[in-house]
Amino acid sequence: MTNISDTATSDVEVSSSTVVAAGRRLRLARLRDFALVPAVLGVAFVGYLVNPVFLHKGNLILILQTMSEVGIVVLAESLILIAGRMDLSLESTFGLAPGVAAWLVLPNAPALGSHLPSWTGVPITLAVGALVGAINGLLIVRSRLNGFIVTLGMLIVLRGLLTGISKGQTFFNLPHSMLWVGQARWLTVPVSVWLCLALFGAAMFVLGYTRAGRALYAIGGNRNAARAAGINVDRVLWLTLIVASTLAALGGLMLTGRLASVAANQGNGYIFTVFAAAVIGGISLNGGKGTMFGAFTGVLLLYMIQDVLTLGGVNAEWIGALDGGIILLALVLSRITSGQAQD
Amino acid sequence: MSVASNAPAPVEETPAAEAHGITKRYGGTVALQDAGIVITPGTTHALVGRNGAGKSTLVSILTGLESADSGEVTFNGSPAPGLTDREGWRRRVACVYQKSTIIPNLTVAENLYLNRQPRGGGSAISWRRMRRQASDLLDTWHLTIDVDAYASDLNVEQRQLVEIARALSYETRFIILDEPTAQLDRAAINRLFERIRGLQRQGMTFLFISHHLEEIYEICQRVTVFRDARHILTDDVAAVPTRDLVAAMTGEAAPHTVPARRAGAAASEPVILEVEDLVAVLDAPRANFRLRRGEVVGLAGGNGSGKTQIAEAIVGLRKARSGTISVDGHRTKPGHVSSALRSGVAFVPQDRHTEGYVGGLSIAENVTMTVPKLIGTRGVLSTKRRDALARKLIADLSVKTPGPELPVSSLSGGNQQKVVMGRALASKPKVLVLISPTAGVDVRSKATLLGVVNEMRALGTAVLVVSDELDDLRVCDRVLAIFRGEIVREFEAGWADNELVLAMEGVGTTDDEH
Repeated sequence: MTNISDTATSDVEVSSSTVVAAGRRLRLARLRDFALVPAVLGVAFVGYLVNPVFLHKGNLILILQTMSEVGIVVLAESLILIAGRMDLSLESTFGLAPGVAAWLVLPNAPALGSHLPSWTGVPITLAVGALVGAINGLLIVRSRLNGFIVTLGMLIVLRGLLTGISKGQTFFNLPHSMLWVGQARWLTVPVSVWLCLALFGAAMFVLGYTRAGRALYAIGGNRNAARAAGINVDRVLWLTLIVASTLAALGGLMLTGRLASVAANQGNGYIFTVFAAAVIGGISLNGGKGTMFGAFTGVLLLYMIQDVLTLGGVNAEWIGALDGGIILLALVLSRITSGQAQD
Repeated sequence: MSVASNAPAPVEETPAAEAHGITKRYGGTVALQDAGIVITPGTTHALVGRNGAGKSTLVSILTGLESADSGEVTFNGSPAPGLTDREGWRRRVACVYQKSTIIPNLTVAENLYLNRQPRGGGSAISWRRMRRQASDLLDTWHLTIDVDAYASDLNVEQRQLVEIARALSYETRFIILDEPTAQLDRAAINRLFERIRGLQRQGMTFLFISHHLEEIYEICQRVTVFRDARHILTDDVAAVPTRDLVAAMTGEAAPHTVPARRAGAAASEPVILEVEDLVAVLDAPRANFRLRRGEVVGLAGGNGSGKTQIAEAIVGLRKARSGTISVDGHRTKPGHVSSALRSGVAFVPQDRHTEGYVGGLSIAENVTMTVPKLIGTRGVLSTKRRDALARKLIADLSVKTPGPELPVSSLSGGNQQKVVMGRALASKPKVLVLISPTAGVDVRSKATLLGVVNEMRALGTAVLVVSDELDDLRVCDRVLAIFRGEIVREFEAGWADNELVLAMEGVGTTDDEH
């Protein structure tokens, strides 16, 4: 309680002590980003004890591939959360975007009388994503509606649209162009894994080293102060919503490619995992806090634990209950290792 | 830029800023009526007025956040830029607002250069260059703040310095300080004033807004008074005695209500509040004191002194490390507001915005929040009884409002604080704890709030006034000075101002570290 009177001491004294404090704090700030790394290593060790297969290359790639699709949605949600907003509809975009593309290009499911050329599948997927984001932006940013309810409504509407166009069925026989991103491999590693890693890398750069990225933190931290600093708050938020929805569509495309189909319930329930991964990774639901590296370790940790359970021979009927348990456990784990309150 | 002296500059000099014939309406209410101000370069100019006099509106217009309905604003003789030209405004005028515009999760350096971070090659931000620029800036103005610290780790004073540094980084020569001292303790205010004087010597011009008149005599050369949306007077500070200043602000002769204090409160009265060996925070020395029936005791100390922690322990907002608190002989449960409340302790918390009231709820709901039993039977509230009780408290405290159903957020600061006081009084407490009760409150509301203390005393309530404001402490029968968590001295009524201030600063105590 005496720190205030301490700062009142002579200037020379203060400046020398601040240099020391600066170094310490910088190191601390970096450490905070790596808070989950010990947990990741710990789970890897436990996984190895449970079943040595865990550390085999094939299994590690499998973990990365299954997490890459949701990982991109986590990335997207993190962008929005850092800016102090939230978007629940990402999980429906994840299913609807490739669904619409399949509906328009498949010959056996003629949507508009005649089907579109198969190369349009990927652009359509991304465009649907961008469009959903733009509509969310229109309602939340322009019309000032409550973001939680708007995106909750969108989640239900988009889910219903996918069921409507697919008549509850699964789209099969998709064109090769739509499968490529989920099936091709570079250097024996799936393209989706490379893409996921590259996007996280790009996001780390944008958030750490560009004015636009820093603007997200500023807006999430104190909206009015950000506006006072000359940041166009509305435009940044709107763009973030569009980018995030487009990323969710890309994530959906990657899953579609891996499974070579679009199920009517693709993405259903994913949003809980997405929020859990982001919060475990240190992204604050109140905005302005968290890093992309943290979010990445968050989603990685979740999928590693799931894989360990599968390798441990846990009965499939119990996986649902365990999934929820894992999220709670990981939350507790990250609270302990980072030592920070999650708010 | 001319070299400024502390004396008021000659009038023929081009004003650093001038507002002329400004009228501004919000719907039906007139916020400013043909008002104006002329600010001479190199001076510190005070703008005073009660809450609602039009000060904030003038600040908004002078900083280009809003346009006037009529009238003109000039800087150094040339007309102000258009509202959309934020850069243009920023070069002419900077403002340190009452509400912090610092972003807590960013570092000091980034807060200084937000949205104009220096870039290396391409569009990537160069953190190294930004840090260097930031520390150069802070060094230039002799501000010792760590550029890598997160803003959330700074105290109020440091945050304010960051805002001032940011204003300076735009090379602005004119800075508006909107109640900069509201949250600072005496030592920090002195440092701030020293800094203002230094900058003024270098040719900077300040517009200084404060509720504390003594500060205006301390730091300002010129003063302008607004009342009811109009300009009342502008003069040299030295030419306007306090009494006239207050009269200009309130429109009547000064309500010079230094409330009567009773020398030596009856020692025969029973002890109501007994604090024994209280350790409010880790490593704090034990605190012992008692309040008798009808006694008013001050707990005086600076911001870091620990006075607030002791008070919060008494009212149950904070769980003390050790020690006991007894009210009327009954020990209260540590850390439980409800237990303290049941024993008869009521309080006005330090920060009314976060702990004092629920802004969206009505005045009636707020003032009766602590006393559901008085206004309802078996858990069902009677709105009639609630409103009746609220009306009585509104009248007692002269809250300016058309009725008890108005949300508290729509009231001015002084009236909000009266509501918080009303909430404390509603339970007819045996012990009333007031933590910084007059912070950010205008002269008249202050008199009302302190007047309540005298009334409560007459009713036999023991009052603990926790503050570093000498005006607040004048109502007390005794004052306990706290320094670094320790009660270092006790003053009987009639103490000398400078002795109490010195005791609060820790001068003249056993181990003098200054």
